[in-house]
Amino acid sequence: MKRATKVRIVVLVGAVVFVELLCRVGIIPRFTMIPPSEMAIGLYHLLASGKMNSDLVTTLSSVAISLCASVVVGTTAGALIHAWPRVRRTIDPLLATYYSVPVFVFYPMFIVLFGLNDIPKIVIGFLYAVAAVVINTLNGLDRIPPVLLKTGKVFGMSPASTAVRIVLPFAAPYLFTGVKLAIAYSFIGVIGSEFILSSDGIGHSISYAYYNFDNVTMYSLILFVLVVVLTINMSLHSWEKVLMQRRGFK
Amino acid sequence: MSAYCELRNVTRVYPGNAGQPALHALGPINLELEAGKFYSVVGPSGCGKSTLLEVIAGLAPASDGEVIINGRPIHGEVADGVGVVFQDDASFPWLTVRDNIAFGLRRQGVDETTIARKVDDAIRLMGLNGFDNAYPAQLSGGMRQRVCIARTLMLEPQLILLDEPFGALDQQTRLLMGDELLNLWRETNATVLLITHALDEATMLSDKVCVMSARPGILLDTVETGWPRDRDSRIVSKPEFGELTSRLWALLREESLKAMDIKQRTG
Repeated sequence: MKRATKVRIVVLVGAVVFVELLCRVGIIPRFTMIPPSEMAIGLYHLLASGKMNSDLVTTLSSVAISLCASVVVGTTAGALIHAWPRVRRTIDPLLATYYSVPVFVFYPMFIVLFGLNDIPKIVIGFLYAVAAVVINTLNGLDRIPPVLLKTGKVFGMSPASTAVRIVLPFAAPYLFTGVKLAIAYSFIGVIGSEFILSSDGIGHSISYAYYNFDNVTMYSLILFVLVVVLTINMSLHSWEKVLMQRRGFK
Repeated sequence: MSAYCELRNVTRVYPGNAGQPALHALGPINLELEAGKFYSVVGPSGCGKSTLLEVIAGLAPASDGEVIINGRPIHGEVADGVGVVFQDDASFPWLTVRDNIAFGLRRQGVDETTIARKVDDAIRLMGLNGFDNAYPAQLSGGMRQRVCIARTLMLEPQLILLDEPFGALDQQTRLLMGDELLNLWRETNATVLLITHALDEATMLSDKVCVMSARPGILLDTVETGWPRDRDSRIVSKPEFGELTSRLWALLREESLKAMDIKQRTG
């Protein structure tokens, strides 16, 4: 194990133990926060009881739809924008300032448009995620050295074949970064929306538990979201590291 | 010997856009490349050497005139049997050395056993032993260029175009790579056209050295070296080597000054 990894684990475990102590001693009152060990036990019981199953399915499927849509639409849009420099010049400032728009303000409008169902939160997750995919697609396509495209021509490759065998593999690490961000943004968009005006999903359950002073459920679910998101992102991160090292990026 | 490649009044003009005037980069050029010979093109920087190569390779269309390869005129597409090695690193960073070298063969649908055998040979020939499964990022610039040369030669091109392939290498490596190139040329019997700015490299490697003028580049003269076919880098110590290189420089000096003048005036 690398030294940095050890230090990281020590710091993390230390922080959890510290919070546990603060809670147990009573410096942090129970109605503010329950000890981390109780969160873990609570989460176990919650998952084992099956009470959360439908909420889990709702949230995770919404995230998955938002993610898939943003990757497909974002990559396609990125490729098209890259192919048309004039469109690019028009859109660039919009892309650069995109994240200054708090997409959540449109939530009421989406409910009017799509109704009180899963679609509004999927749309919000999608809107957060898609720009990251577009930006990273453009970044990847911009970096392709012209000499690789010329090489494709010398090998007599068609534009489609060049796209699949040269452009895509070259841009893969950049597209990967886009997908990683899209996962994070899809979770933020979907779970955040469930807090506001939803009747199901993990975000709704957390907010419901909050209003009912059900600290065990609330903190268990918060822990669940943290664990899921961190696990996904860290496994992607380590895969990304392998890809990047192969290509000589440090 | 017949001409494998022939250029008739070839010019290349980059069309002006957005208020910029059109740029007459090249020509008219008339040139015949005899099959199996080694040619070099030298010229002042910006004279259109690389443009000439791109036009012959079919990567850029000629604005006027005709390029005929193996008896067939080309129209801005890459002719069969043409291999190109570029100045810039063109290795595929996502593929191992083996897969890089095998890239062209795989596209042609050659069976894997044949590919494995040919790639093994190429790796040995190019001095890449032990780096079969390395990625380009782990290799030096010279080794990456060797991967690209191997990838091109795998397809056994009849006409090999090289655009300053050793530009990024140090002098010693250049001389040794030159030897390897001569070996490959002798073995494959291909016609070679090498673009270079290094006069000694051109003198050492070529049967004929074509000297180009400042932009728009036209052919000023062709110098025959008269070297035997089985030459190597040791000829650099011969007195004729010095004479030939001086002759090239005498032809080029004036043009290089002109090219510098153009640069100063335009930018």
